[in-house]
Amino acid sequence: MPIGLLRHAVRGGRRDLPPPSELKPSYDVVIVGGGGHGLATAYHLAKHWGVRNVCVLDRGYLGGGNTARNTAVIRSNYITPESVRFYKEGVELFTRFSNDLGYNIMYSQRGQLTLAHSDASLRTFRLRAEVNKHLGVRSEMVDRKQIREIVPCLHMDDDVRYPILGGLWHRDGGTARHDAVAWAYAARAAEMGVELHQRTEVTGIRRDKGKAVGVETTRGVIACGHVVQAVAGMSSQLAAMAGFRLPIRSFPLQAMVTQPLKPFLDPLVSSAALHAYVSQTARGELVIGGGSDPYELYSTRSTLELKESLIAHTLEMFPFLAEVKMLRQWAGLTDMTPDYSPVMGESPLQNYWLDAGWGTWGFKATPVSGKYMAETVATGRVPDILKPFRLDRFATYDLANEMGATAASH
Amino acid sequence: MSAETLRLPAPSGALVDRSKRVAFTFEGRGYEGFAGDTIASALAANGVRVLSRSFKYHRPRGILTMAGQDANTLVQIGAEPNVLADRAPISDGLAVVPQNVSGSLERDRAAFMGRLGRFMPAGFYYRAFYRPRGIWQRFWEPIVRRSAGLGRVDTNAPHGYFDKAYGFYDVAVIGGGPAGLSAALSAAQSGAEVLLVEEFPILGGALTYARFDAAGEQAAAQCTELVAAVEAAPNITVMTNAVCNGWFADNWLPVIRGNRLHKVRAGEVVLAAGALEQPAIFRNNDLPGVMMGSAAQRLIRLYGVRPGRSALVLAGNNHGYLVALDLLDAGVEIAAVIDQRQAPPPDPAIDEVIARGVRVLSGHTVSQAVAGPGKRSTVGAVIDSIVGPGEVARQGERVACDTIAMCVGYTPTYQLALQAGGRLGYDDAAAMFSIDGLPEHLHLAGSVNGRHDLEAVLADGRRAGWRAAGGAGAEPSVPAETGESPNFPWPIYPHPKGKDFVDFDEDLQVRDILSSAAEGYSELELVKRFSTVGMGPSQGRHSALSTARLIAKASGRTVAQTGVTTARPPFTGEKLGVLAGRAFNPERYTAMHHRHLEAGAKMMPAGLWWRPAYYGAPAQREACIREEALAVRNGLALVDVSTLGGLEVRGPDAAEFLERMYTFAYKKQPIGRARYVLMTNEAGTIIDDGVACRLGPEHFYVTATTGGVDRIYLSMLWWNARWRLDVDVANVTAAYAGVNIAGPRSRDALAAVTEGVDLGAEAFPYMGVREGLCAGIPARFIRVGFVGELGYEVHVPASQGEALWDAMMDAGAAQGIRPFGVEAQRVLRLEKGHIIIGQDTDAMSHPHEVDMAWAIAKKKPFFVGGRSIELRLRQPTTRKLAGFAIEGPVGEMPGESNLVLRGNTIAGFVTSVVRSPNLEKVIGLAYVHPDDAEVGKPIEIKLDSGRKLGAEVVPLPFYDPDNQRQEM
Repeated sequence: MPIGLLRHAVRGGRRDLPPPSELKPSYDVVIVGGGGHGLATAYHLAKHWGVRNVCVLDRGYLGGGNTARNTAVIRSNYITPESVRFYKEGVELFTRFSNDLGYNIMYSQRGQLTLAHSDASLRTFRLRAEVNKHLGVRSEMVDRKQIREIVPCLHMDDDVRYPILGGLWHRDGGTARHDAVAWAYAARAAEMGVELHQRTEVTGIRRDKGKAVGVETTRGVIACGHVVQAVAGMSSQLAAMAGFRLPIRSFPLQAMVTQPLKPFLDPLVSSAALHAYVSQTARGELVIGGGSDPYELYSTRSTLELKESLIAHTLEMFPFLAEVKMLRQWAGLTDMTPDYSPVMGESPLQNYWLDAGWGTWGFKATPVSGKYMAETVATGRVPDILKPFRLDRFATYDLANEMGATAASH
Repeated sequence: MSAETLRLPAPSGALVDRSKRVAFTFEGRGYEGFAGDTIASALAANGVRVLSRSFKYHRPRGILTMAGQDANTLVQIGAEPNVLADRAPISDGLAVVPQNVSGSLERDRAAFMGRLGRFMPAGFYYRAFYRPRGIWQRFWEPIVRRSAGLGRVDTNAPHGYFDKAYGFYDVAVIGGGPAGLSAALSAAQSGAEVLLVEEFPILGGALTYARFDAAGEQAAAQCTELVAAVEAAPNITVMTNAVCNGWFADNWLPVIRGNRLHKVRAGEVVLAAGALEQPAIFRNNDLPGVMMGSAAQRLIRLYGVRPGRSALVLAGNNHGYLVALDLLDAGVEIAAVIDQRQAPPPDPAIDEVIARGVRVLSGHTVSQAVAGPGKRSTVGAVIDSIVGPGEVARQGERVACDTIAMCVGYTPTYQLALQAGGRLGYDDAAAMFSIDGLPEHLHLAGSVNGRHDLEAVLADGRRAGWRAAGGAGAEPSVPAETGESPNFPWPIYPHPKGKDFVDFDEDLQVRDILSSAAEGYSELELVKRFSTVGMGPSQGRHSALSTARLIAKASGRTVAQTGVTTARPPFTGEKLGVLAGRAFNPERYTAMHHRHLEAGAKMMPAGLWWRPAYYGAPAQREACIREEALAVRNGLALVDVSTLGGLEVRGPDAAEFLERMYTFAYKKQPIGRARYVLMTNEAGTIIDDGVACRLGPEHFYVTATTGGVDRIYLSMLWWNARWRLDVDVANVTAAYAGVNIAGPRSRDALAAVTEGVDLGAEAFPYMGVREGLCAGIPARFIRVGFVGELGYEVHVPASQGEALWDAMMDAGAAQGIRPFGVEAQRVLRLEKGHIIIGQDTDAMSHPHEVDMAWAIAKKKPFFVGGRSIELRLRQPTTRKLAGFAIEGPVGEMPGESNLVLRGNTIAGFVTSVVRSPNLEKVIGLAYVHPDDAEVGKPIEIKLDSGRKLGAEVVPLPFYDPDNQRQEM
């Protein structure tokens, strides 16, 4: 039996998150959004830059937004070199995460298989594989025979409308317990003095001479040196409070989970053509996700239509799941940018730092965005790895286009 | 216990038919039941009490609700995992197998897990299993994964038959209990078309199994009367054995019955889904034999099964006494009624119980159920007196019994109401959840609405039905509740030794909930996520109330302040097959499809269409493509272009519309001429191309790519919804069939079957458009050539497509005509340097990058993407599409998507590459660094093997650089 459990049994659980406390009148850094990204940024500020007079505000509970709603996929098989480099470091940070933070996030690298049902997909996959390999990411094209070996239960017959032609096998793909990622950062940040304030909604951003100087909340006004906005799903609204617009449109994204089943599926399987991806959790549930809803909306209500089409597509890949039962469906809000890449770094407002535009790819970037957002805030300079994702790229069309590598393969 | 002693005579057992015996097996052993029995009731009648083993500790579990509302009864039937044994009917030969068992239900080798509970508090897995680095994935995760899950899937199971239906009603009533029945009647009386949905096989709800008065007469009489009235009403459609499994926006209801999903749109919805009885918490409250009072009543009245031999009733309300009377009437000995209330209000049922000589003890609770061997049964209960909420004086009086019926309160069946946007609150006085904030057109009735007296329930139903149907006259009134709330405020008695379960699905005890809060996860949602309470198959039905109460107490808040979790669809587990329905995958064939097959074509998908890739055997693929390509260049060949998108653009603003949609100029385009069209999106990225044929001053026929046309059509409608130009756009893709007859001899061949069009080079020049007859069929002739030879596209109504094909093949027979496919076409277009949108362009390609600046009209004020292109041109160009060639033999062929490197930096990639049959060398297109895009520059391609191959940038087109052949 692991020592950790014995210790736990003898001493009882340690307290990870401090009890609610009063807000101070001012902080060096106020992070708006107590999801994975905000908490990771707080952790790295405290741990690596000695910035500890920091508070994280959340209108609900920690990790209650998209950190709670994503499907926990971690991968780096993107298409542009800029993204591959960024997400590759993200994957590396995940592999060390549990030991760095002392909190088991159950990171599990089981590989991600993306299926191609058309020549066009094969071509895009080939490009992804080439770019990935060139940059040291484990991605390769696999043929039907190899696919059968990787996922023996996949429906590979030719009698379907869009037979599987090939696939992109990404050994570095995996999952982690998504909530735990946020909690681990919260717990360690709190140990170093970072304050966590739940049920504290930001209602305004105080500005003075083009600078952010404070934050208005439902619990009072806070003065601060810097503001970090990390509110996936609400990015445009918060930016509006800060007085500027973001090139972001928000769409609901739905996902669902089945009742627990004995394990039969190890890798993550994804099909862009079928707009569906499936993985099996350590609890035995199948997590099923797809593309965003086709309309902009600030609602996390589930729909029947998406469930029907998503499941129909899932059963094309795994027809034997027809008798398996759906347990729960839910939705999150995705902040989509024109090039399917995030927005990080400077904003039109001085000392107001952006961590936004995380669409459907935010969870997997939690550690790496936290690390570099902290560096950005602490040094006042945007590190090279984040530069491709700066806000003004949209004015100059210097985009990092990930459309081809993002649709329905989170 | 033998079956003989457990079956009750009629009228008990409303659902079973004693004349039909049914034989089935459970865990390989044979049992008999009656038609109408569920698996659980039949097994109960046979004295089998253990149905499953729990998720984490592998504790034996049995009947809890008898209503399909818990995970205790999940079993496997064939390829179907997680079947609710207390709802699934038995049938002859049915083989039922337990789940999550190592060994047998009786002796589960994993039962030792229960003893490790001390080491497995909530969230224990976050605290360990990760040192040293990598150990989780190498060692621990495989162990966890192996023990995960409940049922088993058979990866070879066939996909059964499922389908869908639609229904439209004025009023949908969810729940066929007393409230639902009276709501349906009242709505129907107001003239509404009503749908009544009931989960059980019979109508009546609680009237069919519960007892409402000491004499036990009220329910049956009321039920008969209501059901008869409902069945007689012509405008009520009754669906029994059906579950309304969710509420979606605007009363869009998925009603599942068997393998069919009824998608119902209802003007109004009355939710009369009742209330779910809640467990009390004490040590071993999960033992087989410990069940809800209502479960015992269901066993008796619905299935004619005696729940046990000697029962103890744990009461927190007067319903407990009614349950005790039912048990007595069923011949069950009552060991005691233990009432948690200090001073129960007077009630005839209490008097009756006492009169029948039953021991009644108030101010007491069960603090522990005593387990039999292997914890497979209940053999008694430990009774202690209550000294405060959650606190007892441990006297430890032990009472023998094999059944404990829990009657301590209810939770409204709030799931659908919350999905609709309702909010769950907590009524402190009633110690019960309450629902408010419902959207319009959704009404609550009955116990889901906090009504518990039968009179109030019926009146509440009448009123909801009246409101839903917009009834005439005065609104029916609802009498106030007469008694006290049926919820005992604190039925939670944790035990120092634990196994006092809050969540049976997840094996969570009181200390797990409290420790989550103590470790800082004290927001209710965090408690849920950290401890997994409510995450199991029953989705918190029996844990949400206790959890909210425990957390409120621990955090010093009221239950309402604590906040209550949301309820997400579905209401109960729904088969994926039901959601998917029948597989429906439309396929599109062109009018000449059969001719291609006859000619031996290998077909390939192109969007929804099937197109000939090449004609011949797959073994000879390369040779076939080469011969087809050579035939186009040197003789005569024919290709089916029917899948090409076709859009009719008509109206006074047609030219203006095209000027806005496409990059080129169209206002001065002469009638009878075709012009290239190139479309960019708002970011200036190329998204489609084709030709626009001007057939009249206000009429264009525009082609689009096969894969793009549907999107382009939608985009045109979307833009014009903004612009409001006087133009009409129709997608006529499937209305026309078309061929392209190409090759130096095409003019002669086509002339033989053409009437009314002069095909002469001057009369009908390149990019000309004519209308006439082809083989007697009205046709459009377009002189274009993707393949770069003399050629004509001929478009005719789709009904005449096959006739056109045949006429062309006949007309060209003398010149040796042969069909060619998509593959040869791709080779030929590459020889001409024509790009394919989506292959040679990607999500960033703008016209200047691919040398198509010529397609942008300079003088017009606007087109979609124009401003972005201008902005992009102000930035340094980062890449250019260039033609490259490799002379001489090539060992390893470069492939599409191979990277173009500059040093070790990625400069671009190959988009198209082929060994040209006409030029006898490797030619291709690739994105390269702008400095390398000039003719004569060397580029370096990284091959699949990792080797690097040199190539040279050459001018485009590769073939016939002066375009003489297509214009001759």
